[in-house]
Amino acid sequence: MSSVSDLVGRCFRVSSDVLGLLIRTLRDDGYIAIGPRKVGESIQLEVLDSAEDLPRGWGDQQDAGTYRLVRRSDAAYFGFNLGADSWKKWLDPNRKLLWRAKREGESWEVEQAHTQVRRMAFIGVRACELAAIKIQLRVREVSRLQSNSTDTNSSALSAEVSVEAPEEPFLVGLNCSQAAATCFCASVHTGPAFASGCDLVLTEVLNDDDHYFLIQILTKRGARISSQFELQTSIADDLAHIDRQVAQVSDSQSRQLNISNPVDFFSRRLEHSHWDDVAARCLSCANCTLVCPTCFCSTVEDTSDVQNAVAERWSRWDSCFNLDFSFIHGGSLRSSTRSRYRQWLTHKLGTWHEQFGSSGCVGCGRCIAWCPVGIDLTAEVKYLSQATR
Amino acid sequence: MTRRRAQKKLAVWKFASCDGCQLSLLDCEDELLHLAGRIQFAHFMEASSALLRGPYDLSIVEGSITTPRDVERILEVRRRSKFLVTVGACATAGGIQALRNFADVKEFISIVYARPEYIETLTQSTGIANHVHVDYELRGCPVNKRQLLEVIVAFLVGRRPNIPAESVCVECKERRTTCIAVAQGVPCMGPVTQAGCGAICPAYGRGCYGCFGPKEKANVDALVADWRLNKSVSEDQARRLLHTFNAWAEPFRSAGCSPGVGPIRKDLCD
Repeated sequence: MSSVSDLVGRCFRVSSDVLGLLIRTLRDDGYIAIGPRKVGESIQLEVLDSAEDLPRGWGDQQDAGTYRLVRRSDAAYFGFNLGADSWKKWLDPNRKLLWRAKREGESWEVEQAHTQVRRMAFIGVRACELAAIKIQLRVREVSRLQSNSTDTNSSALSAEVSVEAPEEPFLVGLNCSQAAATCFCASVHTGPAFASGCDLVLTEVLNDDDHYFLIQILTKRGARISSQFELQTSIADDLAHIDRQVAQVSDSQSRQLNISNPVDFFSRRLEHSHWDDVAARCLSCANCTLVCPTCFCSTVEDTSDVQNAVAERWSRWDSCFNLDFSFIHGGSLRSSTRSRYRQWLTHKLGTWHEQFGSSGCVGCGRCIAWCPVGIDLTAEVKYLSQATR
Repeated sequence: MTRRRAQKKLAVWKFASCDGCQLSLLDCEDELLHLAGRIQFAHFMEASSALLRGPYDLSIVEGSITTPRDVERILEVRRRSKFLVTVGACATAGGIQALRNFADVKEFISIVYARPEYIETLTQSTGIANHVHVDYELRGCPVNKRQLLEVIVAFLVGRRPNIPAESVCVECKERRTTCIAVAQGVPCMGPVTQAGCGAICPAYGRGCYGCFGPKEKANVDALVADWRLNKSVSEDQARRLLHTFNAWAEPFRSAGCSPGVGPIRKDLCD
């Protein structure tokens, strides 16, 4: 190969043990490699030391309110669907120290928290996940612009100052080889096909006599990493294979979410009787928002220690299903479960468009699988489409 | 130079309880000396027999009200306390001993005691707030010592304590525990239970048993319906799950008495 950049835009075959080399190369390049790993009874996104850490041979069965890991009959590396974890736990960690103040005699010394900027490489990012990462970045950007325009003098103590923008993670995309019963990315147009946005995209090919990966190289840094692999020229049918696999995954999705004019749809249904029906089932436990890859709400907590010598301000994930989330002077705005579920759904699918220019839902189906009582937003939207009873 | 104010006085009181909650205060080994530097332990029998007279700035009350003498004593404690905080499931909801509320206590006495006439007890075990005004309630069986410390420290500096009213699920996510209800089909009370324990039980594969009591707007009926329908939980198992340390706290109490779950005696559920 004459130059690394010649690789960009091309597709190659690589043997199935490329994953170990990929992890090693990324690590040698200073990245923390993060990807799927079997932890207890689910697959989580954790730090990978080698290809041995991948949940090879594991699959899962999912439906509303249920997730079970199952052994596959083959040795597929990526034969499973999404777990409860999303990449937001790495991009927007649950707890962040914003600042710390220490008592110095009669006064206080305030120090900003310095988040350690880590170079992260995400391995096995699905198309819906990439869409979610992009939405989170847009949310962060919109919030930053808003806080810059309104908040000029109090920034010294705001969260914004101490949150350093991380280097864009190195993204290794993965074409899904099957869909879970909870998946509906095809209907919300976030997958299963990749548009752009990853450095590399892998497709696992596993049949009776062959096990290999197709690797699509999309960026220069992707090419630099891939130049370490033994790249075999792909044949014409390889790209067609990717299209066939994507189409098959798309066709196998039974759940759908189609709302033609979402803002209008929900604004006309704020008093629909179905909200009471959902509220009768909803536990307001916040699981759906915690597993959602785009939910971004956080709260700020102030602490002081026993000696009254150190005070800290922490940011941590919050949820519109928590009572205190809507607490203002005088009480909580959304005390009923009905109002909380309505807030979540109308924002996620409706007013999100006005605020951030897209839907907040990427069709990953986590909120359906990880709701302890199996509330399914695609079904709830169908009921809301019907006339008020 | 600012004038040094007199130290605030702390008192710890015990009613019907196992002492586990006040022991949590002694468990704060690393912080205890610092705390003693900022507040005077004026009445804390488990720590010292040197008892100072009231009034007390902060009273920590453990245990439930189960005897006529308790009723008198809690009134006296309230009179001598400026700020009263109850700690634990007993003091907030009557505790495990409130299981008697669902049955006939006279029958228990006749079975358990050789001389029943010596026993003077109330028919119900109730929380402190049923008898006097309570300024703050801290949940748990036992309370979490960090939360206990947080309440005392917040009291000392005059701020609102950070005690979230959210579900245990939030803490499971924080400690990266995979939901055992969804991934293992375990009947878990986490979604209807208030956080604060740090989600210990699910981290060890055991369903939450609700020892921190119901979260706000706890939809227990919906959770029980799911247990019965999807998790092969029998009526008897559902009742047993609800009838533990916070059995008398609404809505655990009414769910534990509802059709399909069934009380020990229906007429005693109200």
